[in-house]
Amino acid sequence: MSHFFVKQPGLLTLIQDRGRFGAHNLGLTNGGPLDPLAFDWANRLLGNQINDTCLEVSFGGLTLESQIDSSFAITGAEVSCKVNGKVIEQWRSYAIKKNDLLEFGYTTAGVRAYLAVSGGFKVPPSFGSSATVVREKVGGLNGDKLQTGDELPCAPGSTERCLSVAEADRPQYGNQAILRVVLGYQQLSFETVQKHKFFNSHYKVTDRSDRMGFRLEGEAIHTDMVGMLSEGICHGAIQIPADGQPIVLMNDRQTIGGYPKIGSVIPIDTAKLAQLQPGSSIKFEEISLEDAHNIHTLHQFRYQNSTTLNH
Amino acid sequence: MKIEIAGHDAFIVYFADETSAKVSALIQAAVNNLNVQMAEILVDLVPSYASLLVIYDINICDHFEALKRLKLALSDLNTVGTVSGELIILPVYYSIESGPDLSVIAEQANLSIEAVIDIHQQGEYRVYAIGFAPGFAYLGEVDPRIAAPRLTTPRLKVPRGAVAIADRQTAVYPAPSPGGWNLIGLCPTRMFDADKTPTMPVQVGDRVQFKAINYDEFVSLGGELGTEL
Repeated sequence: MSHFFVKQPGLLTLIQDRGRFGAHNLGLTNGGPLDPLAFDWANRLLGNQINDTCLEVSFGGLTLESQIDSSFAITGAEVSCKVNGKVIEQWRSYAIKKNDLLEFGYTTAGVRAYLAVSGGFKVPPSFGSSATVVREKVGGLNGDKLQTGDELPCAPGSTERCLSVAEADRPQYGNQAILRVVLGYQQLSFETVQKHKFFNSHYKVTDRSDRMGFRLEGEAIHTDMVGMLSEGICHGAIQIPADGQPIVLMNDRQTIGGYPKIGSVIPIDTAKLAQLQPGSSIKFEEISLEDAHNIHTLHQFRYQNSTTLNH
Repeated sequence: MKIEIAGHDAFIVYFADETSAKVSALIQAAVNNLNVQMAEILVDLVPSYASLLVIYDINICDHFEALKRLKLALSDLNTVGTVSGELIILPVYYSIESGPDLSVIAEQANLSIEAVIDIHQQGEYRVYAIGFAPGFAYLGEVDPRIAAPRLTTPRLKVPRGAVAIADRQTAVYPAPSPGGWNLIGLCPTRMFDADKTPTMPVQVGDRVQFKAINYDEFVSLGGELGTEL
């Protein structure tokens, strides 16, 4: 099997498939792409399977040398990309030849870009998934982020493919977002006035945000709860620690924890959150569980009915 | 028992306000039922002290159906066989060398080090939850006489196999990591081994007893004394 050679790993580049599910009983978290919407488009532009392994390139700085004839696509955060020094577009697939150099600059809007290759990277799964969780030293190559000299195995792929995502279907990455929340968990222990504060304030994304959780800063929220038993934490759960500053728990969160939670952000919106740089502004909006399901189904329907363009 | 929404694809079931062997048995029975009755719509389960997080696949099932099936599966919990759980014996090399906080606990409790070790061994512990890190099993409950608060300043590195106490909980560190629990010994049994089936010697709902071994036994079972305690 041939490979892509890592000349420069960038600041934080991780091997990811859709994530690791069914292993919470061992204390293993999910991992997987923080922005699954952009991730899915990358695979789709190459005709890959939905769970094929891609790279999540946070902040940029990655340089790869191809040791194979294949094709690739880059989606997600805006980042200048070059093949052999020539600028290429995002949201479309390109052929790549052996010895070609693929270079990422640094992200200018959004934070996470996704690189897919034809057929996906062939990284052996651990616990059913190739997703890298650095904290757990699980997945990827040796459970770590990419390092200079790593070889990313893949099979030769078609060099004919040239598809792009319609302009209207490409997300815009800015510096604000509305995060829709389904109330849940200990929500009843937050008084109405606290919920009002929570849903009517603007919060700032702090630089203490990572793949485990996004720490926000703004109006403090309080609950009278004292001491609670640790319990399972789902993706998107909003934890309110004693200082009242919300933390939105993401893909690499610990599977159990003992802080009160007011509810959970839906995944379409955690994907938006993951693309926000520190200092960005967010607002929470309450939705019902029925709305959440409706939004999910509509998104799936639109995504499946959107068409890719041929060149 | 009450069921709350956790997220757009998850419910959390609260079995009680406090944990106990009975509650733990009920949760284990629920896990068994859900794994059979909801298998094709289940994504993951997180059993914990007094709750069970149930994550379902919203691509094939909506919350009406998930809740209906969850209630049904919880309606006939059979705790026969889950009350006792499996009994797992974990060997521990207790010593000043392998358990640098033994003397502190002994002093606080006004007991001898030997007495602290005896009390820790006499307990039969339940695996209440697994989390924090892969393979980290929270065991309860520790005899109040040797319960000790977490360290004010956590250690930067706790070795794999460290047997530790925090308040009324005890655990074996599955991998080297930072940690704030009080260290009382080393266990040569691997608590998490990705290359082994099963990956962990214990699961939630099991019972654990610790058995003192000497240094030679510890080494022959594959134990190693770390240098950075």
